[in-house]
Amino acid sequence: MQLHRTLVSKLLLVTVLMFGFGFALVPLYDVFCEVTGINGKTSNVPATVLADGIDTSREVTIEFLARPNKDMPWIFQPEIRRLTVHPGEVHVMNYLAENPTGRMIVGQAVPSVSPGQAALYLHKIECFCFTQQQLAAGNKMLMPVQFYVDPALPAQFSTITLNYTLYDVTANWQGSAATENLGE
Amino acid sequence: MSAITHEHEHDHDHDHKPTGIKRWLFTTNHKDIGTMYLVFALLMFFIGGSMAMVIRLELFQPGMQFVEPQFFNQMTTVHGLIMVFGAVMPAFTGLANWMIPMMIGAPDMALPRMNNWSFWILPFAFLILLLSLFMPGGGPDFGWTFYAPLSTTYSNDSTALFVFSVHIMGISSIMGAINVIVTIWNMRAPGMTWMKMPLFVWTWFITAFLLIMVMPVLAGAVTMVLTDKYFGTSFFDAAGGGDPVLFQHIFWFFGHPEVYIMILPAFGIVSAIIPTFARKPLFGYASMVYATASIAVLSFLVWAHHMFTTGMPVFATLFFMYCTMLIAVPTGVKVFNWVATMWRGAMTFEVPMMFALAFIVLFTIGGFSGLMLAITPADFQYHDTYFVVAHFHYVLVSGAVFSIIAAAYYWLPKWTGYMYDERLGQLHFWCSLISVNLLFFPMHFVGLAGMPRRIPDYALQFADFNAFISVGGFLFGLSQLIFVWVIVKCARGGEKATAQVWEGAEGLEWQVPSPAPYHTFDTPPEVK
Ligand code: HEM
Ligand SMILES: [Cu+2]
Repeated sequence: MQLHRTLVSKLLLVTVLMFGFGFALVPLYDVFCEVTGINGKTSNVPATVLADGIDTSREVTIEFLARPNKDMPWIFQPEIRRLTVHPGEVHVMNYLAENPTGRMIVGQAVPSVSPGQAALYLHKIECFCFTQQQLAAGNKMLMPVQFYVDPALPAQFSTITLNYTLYDVTANWQGSAATENLGE
Repeated sequence: MSAITHEHEHDHDHDHKPTGIKRWLFTTNHKDIGTMYLVFALLMFFIGGSMAMVIRLELFQPGMQFVEPQFFNQMTTVHGLIMVFGAVMPAFTGLANWMIPMMIGAPDMALPRMNNWSFWILPFAFLILLLSLFMPGGGPDFGWTFYAPLSTTYSNDSTALFVFSVHIMGISSIMGAINVIVTIWNMRAPGMTWMKMPLFVWTWFITAFLLIMVMPVLAGAVTMVLTDKYFGTSFFDAAGGGDPVLFQHIFWFFGHPEVYIMILPAFGIVSAIIPTFARKPLFGYASMVYATASIAVLSFLVWAHHMFTTGMPVFATLFFMYCTMLIAVPTGVKVFNWVATMWRGAMTFEVPMMFALAFIVLFTIGGFSGLMLAITPADFQYHDTYFVVAHFHYVLVSGAVFSIIAAAYYWLPKWTGYMYDERLGQLHFWCSLISVNLLFFPMHFVGLAGMPRRIPDYALQFADFNAFISVGGFLFGLSQLIFVWVIVKCARGGEKATAQVWEGAEGLEWQVPSPAPYHTFDTPPEVK
């Protein structure tokens, strides 16, 4: 019986560890996607280092898309649809958001880059997607994203699409949204 | 040796054995528990099967005839769940309970009381799942794979019951697996060394490890679905920083090893039956053991072949494509060994052998369609079509289920003490063989032509094939009634079976009398 007990406890340990492993896959997945950029996910951390120089010999077209999630009543669109940039150049692009409803709503934008492999090379210095955004009833605001394209972007990419999906997160709001965006 | 032990066993056969329902409720005897698992699996096979009949009825003609789309979705979902967790897995556990102690010369399973528990929680799991179908809003309808956000954002109120029942099924399988490992590890008779163990024991040993490694991951996945749906977490919700694709990674990390959980014991069964009826020892025993182990290891490295169309980068698809194809190598070793075992053997073709032979051919067809699916660019076309349905039914129905049926015929005389009716058995075999191919083979064609799976209606050009498939399905369902008839008839009586039952059978289980006494190997046999 003692023989059984030690083996059973080892096997139970494996079971418990594997249960934990299932949950560990969540952060592992995020880290993996962030490091490799393969999920079209861009970094949630502002880029602090600028490119060494501007590569004027090359042009890259950035397309901007915006899509409110189906439960999100905001009107949400980019100021312009596309922009042609040189790698290394810092640009600011504004997204327009309007809350047409009669109540305050907090939004969270989630970026996605395609082709996914290009995500690693699109650096955001500042982005409205880093924080939750709060908009009072009937108000509008401009939401900027400041970015540059890494000159190391492989040559096969000439167009990068940056899409933001906007979610209504009022229900989970902790009061930490960027309050300076209240009103216009 | 054996004769003496049996006299002795027969004496206290009638001792302390409660009668009536109490015997079954409180039993810790591996044979009783094995029987209960097998009967339960058969019952679930018919319940899940009747759901498949509803599916085939609706798909008999294009257009919507009999059921609502949402109910159709519930049928595909619960059919899958019941067949995987209620029929195939418990059937294998039942066979393990009955046969492993007898094959290794142990008096019982190592943890008999846990054994009782692991069986008796199962009926509750399935009762909950089945009753959830009657809730307002219906039962689970997101597919057996319960992809988020179908199972989170868009699922109905029965989802909590689904999660609860999957947890119970998982706990049951984990307890069963621990029991198998401890039994094999600690309770082998003197002389029963690792490399003398029958392959059924080996394959189950490895399966049990797969179970304790992946069932907890499934438990994690359903837990995350539960908290996402009811408690405001966002594991799979992009709005809260989660990712629905993450669900698929977690699910298939469980899911692919799970398909091997459903096939490795089948390999063990076929490796027991082929040598018996070819009257030759198994060809390449050691390579069979290593092949099984390498399949188990590789099964952890291929999960994303279910996710080629999620937009993975090229290097990842290549990695998973090559790893998947690599699994075909040890699988091929097995098929080769079975064929080599039969080569120049003195073969006879009783029902277990027929099912085992059909297994080899039809499982191989399923393996080939699997290889086609593993080719990433081709999978972009095949994914989520009936081609995938054809693939996994070849490996699961004419693979896993046929092996279970073969095992039942092979060991029935040992269990009941009577020979089954050979003529009826052959009838069952031929009806099953023909109808299973009528049912699943044309699915390859409609799948290649683009008919999507899990949809209650289809384009007109698929009408003839679908009518044909449905007829095959009804015939296959009816054929299984013959199986029940054979079992009932065999349990009631018939020609007395000898201890060895089959002329070519070898191994400890054939040294005890038929029917196997309630207690076997109370004193361990000596294995030479
Ligand atoms: C040579 C061996 C095998 C290969 C190469 C293989 C490959 C594949 C691939 C690539 C898919 C994904 C298809 C898609 O969704 O587009 C698939 C699906 C599947 N396979 Fe296999 N497979 C093999 C053996 C097996 C075995 C032995 C089983 C079970 C006994 C099995 C059960 C399944 C199931 C259940 C699915 C569908 C899961 C779902 O989406 O519901 N396969 N297989
Ligand atoms: Cu797989």
